This record gives sequence, structure tokens and C-alpha cells, in this order.
Amino acid sequence: MHAFANPTRFLKIARPLTPWLFWGGLVLLIVGAVCGLTLTPADYLQGESVRIMYIHVPAAWLGMGGWSGIAIAALVQMVWRHPLAGIAGRAIAAPGALFTAICLVTGSIWGRPTWGTWWEWDGRMTSMLVLLFLYFGYIALARASAADGQGVGDSGGVSRVTAIFALVGAVNLPIINRSVVWWNSLHQGPSITMRGSTIDGSILWPLGLTLLGFSLWFGGIVLMRMRAILAENKVEARLARMAREGGAG
Amino acid sequence: MAMKSKHQRLVLAIVAIVAVIGAGLLAASALKDEAAYFYAPNEVKVKGVEPGKAIRLGGMVVTGSLRKEADGVTIAFDVTDGKATVPARFTGIAPDLFREGSGVVAEGAFDKGGTFIATNLLAKHDERYMPRELEGMDYNAATHEMKAEK
Repeated sequence: MHAFANPTRFLKIARPLTPWLFWGGLVLLIVGAVCGLTLTPADYLQGESVRIMYIHVPAAWLGMGGWSGIAIAALVQMVWRHPLAGIAGRAIAAPGALFTAICLVTGSIWGRPTWGTWWEWDGRMTSMLVLLFLYFGYIALARASAADGQGVGDSGGVSRVTAIFALVGAVNLPIINRSVVWWNSLHQGPSITMRGSTIDGSILWPLGLTLLGFSLWFGGIVLMRMRAILAENKVEARLARMAREGGAG
Repeated sequence: MAMKSKHQRLVLAIVAIVAVIGAGLLAASALKDEAAYFYAPNEVKVKGVEPGKAIRLGGMVVTGSLRKEADGVTIAFDVTDGKATVPARFTGIAPDLFREGSGVVAEGAFDKGGTFIATNLLAKHDERYMPRELEGMDYNAATHEMKAEK
């Protein structure tokens, strides 16, 4: 675990990995989106609007996956005091919030022609909106604790309260996932389950491309942001040292 | 010593997470009925919804039940969940995806005669996605396979 505690070790791997994830993911998601727009048939009921799924589903997946990452980082921070954990949590927060917002917006655009409404307070939509607010809370808390000068050291800039908030917020993840099963909801039930898929193969296949593409891209963005935070900490530490030495001399 | 405190923190964190998830699940199951987005026809029958109370009614539009009334803008149809069926009426423009054999969520209230008077209709999409060529084929829910009818 602590093999990566040293940022130079982490950077040695992260630096060459970043462009592969970022550009590879971007190519995959663009290919998937183009295929989804041109090669697949329209749905028998939804018509052309079914194609929004190629963006909506990866966005939902990464919105929830992002919070899972933040919660795992918080656990690692609390238990093992790993210095990169807090940095990882901070790096994930903004892209995670962005994808959650994309999920809500694309769902709303799809809902208007399909259901006949932009927004309804059903279990799935409400719990996903709560996730977006959780992201906002986490970003605000993490930013406040990083500004408090906790950026250097074991916490990686994330206070303990922020990490606890991340862990408690993870309760929302199973609720989002099960919301269409536990409660009568306007949102349809899960299409892809352990038993297979109720989406016909001719419509489904580009979703695999965009899911993988967006996930790799997300990973690339997170690594970029982690490197940026590490570089920022280094600059701050150096400035502080220069100020001390300048004051002494 | 360092190992021991790390171990303690791990146990503490796991206990806390289990407690929080347990609380969340309890709250969610307590919410079960309250957080439901709509009533199914059988729930209406079992629980008894008094006339005039604003609710949402959700289910499938019974095939063959949809008819247009003389005024041209009012439609009448039956809503079923497989266990119970209730009649419903709606005046206005229904969403494009509203059709027989498909899901519907209607906002409104029951009148004294037990007919649901809808003030707004939403089409509920199900989890099946398929191209138009496959429409009308038999769908096997257990194997997710499509078979041509007859």
C-alpha cells in the first residue's frame, strides 16, 4: 500500500499512463458516440431519442463510480493515513460532479419526449440529484480544508470531517441503484442485470464503447488533477521555504 | 504499536460504515410506501384511496380498452397491474408514447364512481429497447429472447 506513499513513485507511473488513458478514452468514446448516432437502429417506441443512452448511461456510471472512488479514498485516508488518498478524493470530486450533472441533464432531455415531462420527483431522479448535492458539499468541504493549510502531510488536503462526509454519503449509492426496484418509479427498471440485457444487441453494442471510453477518459482526468495538486503542493512548500529562508537571511 | 492503532482504526471504520449503511437501509425500507412514485391498481384496491384525494396511478394500459369520447379530446382507458384493473379518463393531449399495452402514470383523483379522473398523463417506458423490426415479437422475460409470434 505504502509503495505509492512517495509521490515520485506515483508520478513515475501516473505520468506515462495519463496520455494513454486520456487520448485512448477520448478516441473510444468518440467512436462509440459516432457509431451510436449512425449505425444503430432507432427504438420501436422511443425512436431516435434512444441514442442519448450512449452518453446518459456512462455519465450515470461515472457519477456513481466517482463517489465510490471518493469513499474508498476516504476509508484509505482514515485507516491507513495514506497521503495520496486525500489528493485522489479531491481530484475525483469535480469530474464526478460534472458527470452526475450530465446524467441529470441528458435524462431530462430524454424524459421530455419519452415520459412527457422534464422532471418528476421519483426515487431514481431524486436520489441522483442528492448525489449531485453531495458532490457540491464534498467539494466545498475539501476546498475549505485544503485552504486551511492541510494540503501538505498525511491528509492530502482533506480534513477528517470531509472524509467522514464522503463515507456517510456513500449510503446514497445503493439507494440510487435500488431505487427503481424498491419503489414504484417513473424511471424504468434495470435493463442490464446478471441475467442478461433487455436491450437488443443491435442497439446495445456502442454502449460498451462509450462506457469504456468515458471510464478511461475519467481515469486520465483524475490522474491529471492528482498531478496538478501534487505540483501545487510542491510549489507552495517551496514558496514557504523560500519565505522562511528569506526572512532569516 | 503503529500496527495496532491502524488495526483499531480499520475496525472502527468498518463498524461505523456497517452502522451507517444499516441506518440507511432501515430508513429506505421505512420509506418504502411513502417514497413510491405511484399507486398500482391493486394497491388502490387493497388500501382503499378515498375519492378526491390527489394521487398518481401507474400501470399498463389494457389492450383494447382505449377509446375516444364524443367530444374528441377525452379518452377513456383501463389501467392494470395484472392483479386489479381500474377505469381512467383523461381530457387533454396524451404524450406520444402513451399507447395500449404500454406503461402509464396518471396524476389525478378517483371520482365517487371509482373512475380515475386524470389531470396529467405520463408515459412510462419499460426496460426493453429494440429496433422496430422486432416489434410484436414474443419476449421471454426469463431468457431475454425474442421469438416471432405464431
